[in-house]
Amino acid sequence: MEVALAIVIGALYAAGLYMMLRRSMVKLIAGLVLLGYASNLLIFVVSRLTRASPPLVPEGAHSIAEPFADPVPQALILTAIVIGFGLQAFALVLVRRAYQAVNNDDLDQVTASDRPDLQA
Amino acid sequence: MAILSIINWGNRVLHRFLALAGSVGLLFAALALLTTVSEQGILSSNIGDWPAPFGIVLVADLPGAIMVLMAAIVGLAVLVYSTASIDEARERFGYYPLILILLTGMCGAFLTGDLFNLYVWFEIMLIASFALLALGGSRAQLGGSVKYFALNLLVSAFFLTGIGFLYGMTGSLNMAALAQALRGAGPEQPVTTVAIFFMIAFGIKAAMFPLYFWLPASYHTPPVAVSAIFAGLLTKVGVYAMIRMFTLLFVQDTAWTHGLLLVGAALTMLSGVLGAVARREIRRILSFNIISHIGYIVLGLALYRPLALAGAWFYLIHHVIVMATLFLVSGIVQRVGGSFRLARLGGLYQRHPGLALLFLLPALALSGVPPLSGFWPKLVLLQAMLQDGLGLMAAIALLVSLLTLFSMMRIWVGAFWSQAPASVVTPAPLGGVERRMLYGPVLALLALTIAISVFSGPVFELTQRAAQQLLNPQQYIVAVLGAGP
Repeated sequence: MEVALAIVIGALYAAGLYMMLRRSMVKLIAGLVLLGYASNLLIFVVSRLTRASPPLVPEGAHSIAEPFADPVPQALILTAIVIGFGLQAFALVLVRRAYQAVNNDDLDQVTASDRPDLQA
Repeated sequence: MAILSIINWGNRVLHRFLALAGSVGLLFAALALLTTVSEQGILSSNIGDWPAPFGIVLVADLPGAIMVLMAAIVGLAVLVYSTASIDEARERFGYYPLILILLTGMCGAFLTGDLFNLYVWFEIMLIASFALLALGGSRAQLGGSVKYFALNLLVSAFFLTGIGFLYGMTGSLNMAALAQALRGAGPEQPVTTVAIFFMIAFGIKAAMFPLYFWLPASYHTPPVAVSAIFAGLLTKVGVYAMIRMFTLLFVQDTAWTHGLLLVGAALTMLSGVLGAVARREIRRILSFNIISHIGYIVLGLALYRPLALAGAWFYLIHHVIVMATLFLVSGIVQRVGGSFRLARLGGLYQRHPGLALLFLLPALALSGVPPLSGFWPKLVLLQAMLQDGLGLMAAIALLVSLLTLFSMMRIWVGAFWSQAPASVVTPAPLGGVERRMLYGPVLALLALTIAISVFSGPVFELTQRAAQQLLNPQQYIVAVLGAGP
């Protein structure tokens, strides 16, 4: 299972980076989203996968029997997903505004801030 | 704790006076924090009363407390300046709360003792800075924001990946516990690989070579008050986080990691200052100068010895204040001269000799002309380099200082000293209140610069103690985890 997930994560990173290298702004955002998913999955996998063993102390016992699922990474991922969601929503609005201003989806056309001849 | 609650209280109230009150409160709280920390040593507080390695801790040590104070000072100055320079539309869209959220994020990042919590504070800071950068929505601004945004999202992904690996290796995210665990880590664990993840993430944030391209593309686009707070503080958070990581956590293979940082620092200094020399617009010149001076601070980290780190911390203090001053002055120049571009400026010395002086002093301080505040940390850094036998690095640092002076003098000549161009538009003169609101913060920051120059002894002593704390993580670990086993 770990191996399969590791391959999935690698593929997600690769796809995300590939998308980021494209010139389209929408693809840039899609690439960033994929990268975010990849790092979330990564945190999930490094905490070691365990099935059907919640980290609950059984009645009468004082500690949990191994193996149990580590709850901390899941809390981290939850936080990261929420933050990522907010950022992605902002990104979409930003890209839409940039698209309206430039009337083009091509990132090379948005470089006005770098070029002295186009400045006010 | 008081700091955070004060800012949060200010957040909710959409009013500029309450924003000002909040930042004044922050200033006093930060001062109180600094004196307490400097008297009693490192403070640590467990949030929600979970004991240390499990819950989230806030830790205030000397370096962190100094940075909080810097954030408070610049925040207050920028807020005062904003009351006269930010247009009504921006105020309606929550300009002041955004600045306060930004300050909250910074203070949190300076004080947190938990890696994932640091990530959360970074995101808080980021989202506020995105909004501040994009507010207004001119074409150049949007272009700058898209780049800034994309790179910062990339940083978050790298940062998160690094956090994931660290957790997988050690099973903890508390920085003190991590420091302990990593010290015991054997060579079979890929600590250095993970360190590179953090180096890239914070390197982008701090605008280190070769990852600085987003900074000059975006920092000159928002209103000057926003640029000033970004220039003064935002990149410094990246540097701060980097210093924290590479003194507390990743010290296993210093020859390699800090050697890499050394090369990076040299290239950052050079490429930044060459960019500055090539520009003809005040805020762009200043943006490139930020980059080259980040190089100095990273250099202090890369040398990794008490003297160099003390110098770096001194430099950090000096640079935050001077850079904010210069950006604010450039705003006044634009207000009275009608432009940021040197070709369209001129003759300001005749019309505004006071303003010229206000520019000249921080400009000289930035380039490190004695006896102003930039001189002392540079001297200390040079001394440290020569002690390590790094003559070439010292030469580069001196050359960069010289070129900085050259680029600043170019602004001086272009905007103040030269003849006014024929087609100059004279904007409306400054009203009484506006003048006070614009000049007041600049004067205060300048006074602070001079104070640092005059009292460089005590400041240096303080930064030396800060460097001691950075280089002896045992103190930090004990403060957070208790004396323990």
